[in-house]
Amino acid sequence: MIDQLKRSFAIAKKDMLIFYLKGPVVIMGLIFPFFLFLAFLIGRNLSGEQLFVGLTAMTAFFTSTAVGPTIIPWECRGRTFERLITAPVSLTTVLLGDLQASFYFGLAVTFVIALPAALYLAVSPGLAVFLTATFLAILVFSAMTILFSSYPPTDVPADVMMLTSLVKFSLLFISGIFVPLEHLSPYGRAVSYVSPLTYYVDALRHSFGSGYLPLWADFGMLALFGIVFFLVGVAVHRRVLEKRFT
Amino acid sequence: MEKAIEALNLTKYYDSFLAVDGVSFEVKTGEVFGFLGPNGAGKTTTIRMLTGILKPTKGEVRILGYDMLSEREKIKARERMGIVPEMANPYVDLTAMQNLRLMGELCGMSRREIEKRSAELLKTFDLYEKKDVKVRGFSKGMRQRLIIAMAMIADPELYFLDEPTSGLDVMSARLIKDVIREEKKAGKTIFMTTHNMADANELCERIGIIRRGKLIAIDTPEKLKQLVKGRVSVEVSFEPMKFDSSILSSALKVETMGDKVKIYTNDPDATVKELVRYAERENLRIVSLRTLSPSLEDVFIELVGGKND
Repeated sequence: MIDQLKRSFAIAKKDMLIFYLKGPVVIMGLIFPFFLFLAFLIGRNLSGEQLFVGLTAMTAFFTSTAVGPTIIPWECRGRTFERLITAPVSLTTVLLGDLQASFYFGLAVTFVIALPAALYLAVSPGLAVFLTATFLAILVFSAMTILFSSYPPTDVPADVMMLTSLVKFSLLFISGIFVPLEHLSPYGRAVSYVSPLTYYVDALRHSFGSGYLPLWADFGMLALFGIVFFLVGVAVHRRVLEKRFT
Repeated sequence: MEKAIEALNLTKYYDSFLAVDGVSFEVKTGEVFGFLGPNGAGKTTTIRMLTGILKPTKGEVRILGYDMLSEREKIKARERMGIVPEMANPYVDLTAMQNLRLMGELCGMSRREIEKRSAELLKTFDLYEKKDVKVRGFSKGMRQRLIIAMAMIADPELYFLDEPTSGLDVMSARLIKDVIREEKKAGKTIFMTTHNMADANELCERIGIIRRGKLIAIDTPEKLKQLVKGRVSVEVSFEPMKFDSSILSSALKVETMGDKVKIYTNDPDATVKELVRYAERENLRIVSLRTLSPSLEDVFIELVGGKND
């Protein structure tokens, strides 16, 4: 078990060296959330706390989902995937490595953005809630990329990116960033509960003492989403693995 | 002698298409086994089932005693195997050294072991000078040498090499063949597929030929050659090159090959005598004259019918 974990870290290191600086990762993970944040900011009279929550949530969500979905399609296209899965590692280990690559990228960029933003906006979130929520949420979004990369079993990264973007934007607009949960209609609120981002945004608001759902429910739902994303992602990858070679 | 590979009734369907049909064979420890077949015959599917990438629809695979259908045993087997998949690439955005380091880490080797073994392999494959260069700038031959070095990082006892010398320059192909011979001398087992009959003849102790998913022959190269009757040939070149095939009563078939003529015969003695008489009569100089026994290529053509599947 520990041995396979070490090997998954070797895969994560490889992903970091190869994929972090790929054009689509930089565009979707860094440039895109920046402009989206500008769209969120301009023309609205928002408090420092609201800005901080919106900025942090969007950064965490976009950066941690930027790398993962395209790793396996890229590997298939570059004819490196067969070499990788014939190494003495299980498919779960390979996917765990890819998950870590997304996690470290999301974590690093989110903190690099969030810390100066907190100083600039002169806001101080409750540190324990902020850190726990952010670690947990980035892990969940990284696990989500394992599911994103599983189907269709393609070797065209653009196909996966298109589908991924479709899902990500849908989730972004229903997750209480633009309209807080308490201001949504009951129907809108019910829809927002299918997005893991909702619980992260709500947990971030808790770090300023103003969440809508109980904090334990936010953390519990994030953990549940993470486990389900990873397990379903692994199961789908396992099921379609042969299709990648035929 | 122990069995390194045991395949029993291996069968693989892709939907309704039968790619491999009840293939059974064994490879002994320390043996170099060649797996030949035309394009689409099922070679790569078989090798992928042996290495645990594809699950057979039916049948069993044991590698070094491990059941390859069990996830746990498959990983243990892979720790003792070196695999070179068909058309595999190293990571082009990493250096040669980083590629080797990755494989070493995936095999659970210590940092020190990896550094030592990588340096040895890079020297063996004539890549040491380029160890810190990104693979993107490597030629096909250099990439293939690196891929084989990656398979060798943990000093495995069994190799699966899918087309290891396909499309390579002469020097790279030669270097790879030399390494295969050295590994054989060190007691390693090698299972290789190839389209190159000369390589198979030169390197393999036994050969299996697959056609349309079925194993149609399995034996030593020399015994396989005995399967082909009437394929003894006489090759002759005259100066000036002039030839009339009607003068040969002993010829079964005549093929013109550049400045030479190849005559298939059941009676090479009679054919040689007819050719010498013809040269004297026509006042031609014999530039070369040799009798050839059937080649592995002749066996292959005879068995697979000269077409891809």
